[in-house]
Order: sequence, then C-alpha cells, then structure tokens
Amino acid sequence: MKAKTKNEENYVKQKFSWKLMWKQRYLLCMSVPFVIWLIIFRYLPLWGWTMAFQDVKPKSFGLSIWEREFVGFANFAKAFSDHMFFPTMINTLCTSFLGLVLGTVSAIFFALMLNEMRFLKFKKVTQTISYLPHFVSWVIIASIAKMFLNDGGVLDTIFNTKLHLMSSNSPLFWVVVTAVNVWKEVGWDAIIYLSALAGIDQGLYEAAKVDGANRFQRMWHISLPGIKTTVTVIMIMSIGGILNVGMERQMLLSNAIVKDHAMVLSWFAYTRGIGNNDYGFGTAIGMFQSVVGIILLLIANKIAGLLGERKLI
Amino acid sequence: MKKNRLHKGQRVTAFDYILIIYFLFIIVTTIYPFLNVLAISLNDPIDTMRNVNFIIPRKFTLANYQYVFSKNNLLFPFLMSIARTVVGTVTGVICTAMVAYVLSRKDFYFNKLFTLLFIITMYVGGGLIPEYLLITRTLDMSNKFSVYIIPGLVGVFNIILIRSYIEGVSISLQEAAKIDGANDFIIWLKIIMPICKPVIATVALFGAVGQWNSFMDTYLYARNLSTLQYELYKIMESAKIKIDPHAANIEQVTRSVSPLSVRMAITIVATAPIVIVYPFLQKYFIGGITLGAVKD
Repeated sequence: MKAKTKNEENYVKQKFSWKLMWKQRYLLCMSVPFVIWLIIFRYLPLWGWTMAFQDVKPKSFGLSIWEREFVGFANFAKAFSDHMFFPTMINTLCTSFLGLVLGTVSAIFFALMLNEMRFLKFKKVTQTISYLPHFVSWVIIASIAKMFLNDGGVLDTIFNTKLHLMSSNSPLFWVVVTAVNVWKEVGWDAIIYLSALAGIDQGLYEAAKVDGANRFQRMWHISLPGIKTTVTVIMIMSIGGILNVGMERQMLLSNAIVKDHAMVLSWFAYTRGIGNNDYGFGTAIGMFQSVVGIILLLIANKIAGLLGERKLI
Repeated sequence: MKKNRLHKGQRVTAFDYILIIYFLFIIVTTIYPFLNVLAISLNDPIDTMRNVNFIIPRKFTLANYQYVFSKNNLLFPFLMSIARTVVGTVTGVICTAMVAYVLSRKDFYFNKLFTLLFIITMYVGGGLIPEYLLITRTLDMSNKFSVYIIPGLVGVFNIILIRSYIEGVSISLQEAAKIDGANDFIIWLKIIMPICKPVIATVALFGAVGQWNSFMDTYLYARNLSTLQYELYKIMESAKIKIDPHAANIEQVTRSVSPLSVRMAITIVATAPIVIVYPFLQKYFIGGITLGAVKD
C-alpha cells in the first residue's frame, strides 16, 4: 500500500474504547459483515490446505480436522508419481511459456506500432476494435475458434487445405491455444504498454530527431528502453503465475483428440480432486501450484533486482 | 504533452503505409470471425453446410433464431443470465462501495487491520478444490441462485479503485454533513455515492460483463440454473460426446455434428449485450485500469 494521503497524518492513533466503538457504530455495521464474508470465502479455503496432508474422501470430509487421518506428504508423493503428472506439467509449462513470450512480444509490438501511428482517428478506431475480444467470454471465443480451426472449418476453406489444427494429437495444440489467446488479448494487453509509452518524455524524441536518428532507431533506443520498467514488472508478475494456466480455456478449446496436450495442472487437480473424489490429492496439486508460484515470484523479483531493475516487492 | 501525429507538410513515408496495412490486418482478423458467425446465424443451415467461409448471408433466414427461442428452451437460461447480471452487479457495486468508503476513513479504528485482511487475499488464495468443497459441501450452495452472487460479492481490486477515488476528492463535504448531524451511513449514501459516479460506473460495467460472461460457476456449482454461456457450452459438448478417439476417419470426428447454425445463433445472442455496452465500457475502462495500475 504505497498510496497514502495527506489526511492520514491528521489522525492520531486512537486507543480502543467502547465509546469510540459506539461513535463508529455505523462504520462497523458497514464493514464487519464483509469482513465475515471475507473470512468465510477467502480465508476458509486457505485453511482447506490442511487437506493436502490428509486422506480426505467424501465420507471423511464431514469429520473435523483432528478426526481425519493425517498422511504427511503422501498426497504429494502420489501426485508426483502419477503417470499423468509429468505430461501435464510439460503441457502447463509449454503453454504458459509460449503464451508469456508470444503474448508479451505481440502486445509490445502492437503498442509500439500504435505509438508510431500518425493518423490519430485511424489509430483510435483500430485500438477500439482490438480489445473487443477481451470482453467476450471464453465459451463464445471457443465456439468461434472451433468453427475456424476444426477440420473443414473456415481456415481450412481459406487455405484450401487440411491444416489439422484441432485434430492432431501433438504439441501443435499448445500453439493453437496460444494463438487464440493472443488474438483475444493482444489489444487489451497493449494498453498498459501504450500508457507507458505515453509517459516517455517527448523531448527525447525531438533530440534524437535533431541528431539524425530515424524512426526505427528512435523506437529501439528511446521507446523500448522507456517501457523497460513496465515490462519487468509485468514479467515478474507473470512468472509467478506460470503454473496457473486456467482450466476454463483449456477445457473449452480442447476435444478428445487433443486432450493429451491440453491437460494442465489446474484441470488435472479438478478431474482427480472432484471427479475422482480424492479431495486430498486435488488440494495437494493446488497447493503445489501456489507455493511454486510464490517461490518463482520471489526468485524473479530477486533476479530483476540483481539486474538493476526496479523490484516489485 | 505533444502527440505523435502527422503535421502539415510532413511527408507520409513508406513506413506509414506499412503501419496502415498492419492495422487493417488487425481490424480484419478481429472483426471477420464475428461477421462470419453473424452471417452463418442468419443463413440457411443446409446452404451453410456447403461452405462456412462467408460474411454476407447467401440465403437469408431467421429460422435459426426462431429455433433458439422456441424449441431449445433457451428462454430460462436467457432470463437467468439477465437476472444474475442485474442482481449480481447491483449488490456487488453497493457492497464494494460501502467497504471502500469505510476503508477510506482513516479515523476508523479497524482501518489498517481490515485493509490488510482484504489486501492479503489478492496474493494468496485457497485454490479450486477447497473453494469447491466450501461452497458445495460446507455451505451447501449448489444449484441455488445465491451461488452466483455471494462468493464473488466484493472485489478487492474494485475496493482499491473506489477507495483511491474517494481519497482523491476533498473530504470537506463529509465534514459539512457531520455538522448537520448526518451519520456515516447517510454520508456514504448522500454524499460519497453521488461523487463516485464515474468510478461506480466503471466497476458496475466490469462487474456486469463478468457476470454475463461467467461460465465456470455454472459448470461447477449450478448446472440446474443454466445460463446462456452454459447452454452454448452444452451445445458444443453434444458434438463432442459422439467422438471416439480411435475412430478410423479422424476428419469425421472433428467436424461438428451439432447444428452449427443454431450454435452460431446462440453465440450471437450471448455476444450481443457485450457489443451493446461496449461503447460505454470504452469510455470508462482506460481510466479505470491505468488508475489501478498506478495505485496498486
């Protein structure tokens, strides 16, 4: 919480008294219900992590935590030795990595081009259209994408060939998912870079122009370094979420043929945890994702610091 | 700040033309699929089988939409989508604004503690399985309308957004109201809420889009309270069920067995509200997300 206002200093730290509570009774009534809500819906699930160390099945779920059988790290061992775990991990990492690289590169590229566009009306229209798909749900996107990508779909018709985009049990599906995601999000993701570009001192461009730098040189030596901090911050945050490939997108876009390459950790946790009623197992995978995420975030943050970039934390 | 724009007398270079071509490419690739879907939904289903690549209906018909709204029992899901969007957005905005106001009051005794409690949840969450069990087993909310409203009632990010906005406006109005003897609730309702209209509009629009688009909560918790999104999913799945991964003819397998035209009509019905509110979204969201990025 960096945002602090001047008003804050005007208030001296108050001592607890019932008189004060009575004075602030309206404020209490307006916030306590939501704090209770917060504890139930946001903190109780964290407490649910204890299930990762227990053998919890539908039958034993009703028991209190002390009555359930503690199994230590058995759920984790079972998860890591599962024959599906390794392929799922590869899918998660590859989908995530492809998305991170292609998503970031295309968003930065689009933002740079928008920044270079000198016909302002045309620029605005293009930008407005570009983030429309961001507001459309994944179900709709999947419905459209399948019509385009399936055999005999629009893309096959356009290229008059059989691309087998959705019918080959191969890593091609990683690329397909990434491409659909980039199509959906590139305009939206570009906004943050575009606002970073708008913050660059225009005097730098003028000076470079006087020194005879052409447009590409100005982009390379002024625009890109100018958004380096923004890129670093977004990278650090994305690296923390590298194992969190959402199951919604994977589930909606995949079909039985490509499923082997669509299965990601969160989906795996769901199918085993809820589908097979092995709550402990599912929770263990979820917890593994979160803990690895936090560790990666800290490492990325540290590396950014060592490279002389602004740190996030 | 000077904008990078074409000034009088400046030459239009080759690079400008390349940019124009690149932008046209972006526009076409974004718009074309939607036009294609619209055209198929308005085209004769049998004619569509011939070739799916067109953006002007070849044999115009409204039969697909008639089918969607009569035989397919889509009326209930449609109303459900509307109900959850309206109720969810209204309750969400009111509750979020209330919390935001309280957390903007630095003189509130629990300000620091409550703020911290909310902020922490932005960084750590219990994950899918514990949440699923909490909602379905502990709270027994499956197939109840409340499951669309309560679990996502207050958004922490939105609280920060509204709070920063309140902190940005002067508090002298509040002080004035206090002298007149208004209590904190009245101050919130009569003074803070009207001032916050722009940020409330942003939060409401984002909330409404999120509610309308939401699919996973229906899939996980409330399949009996089907929404448009879930109906669309079901119609896509009904094609999949027949798939045998070891089928001899792999082409037959991925070709959609379901009536494509009906699917496209539902797709349009589910997309239309988004396109309708899009100009308003447009107006508000840029300010919204840049503010969030700076303040957080």
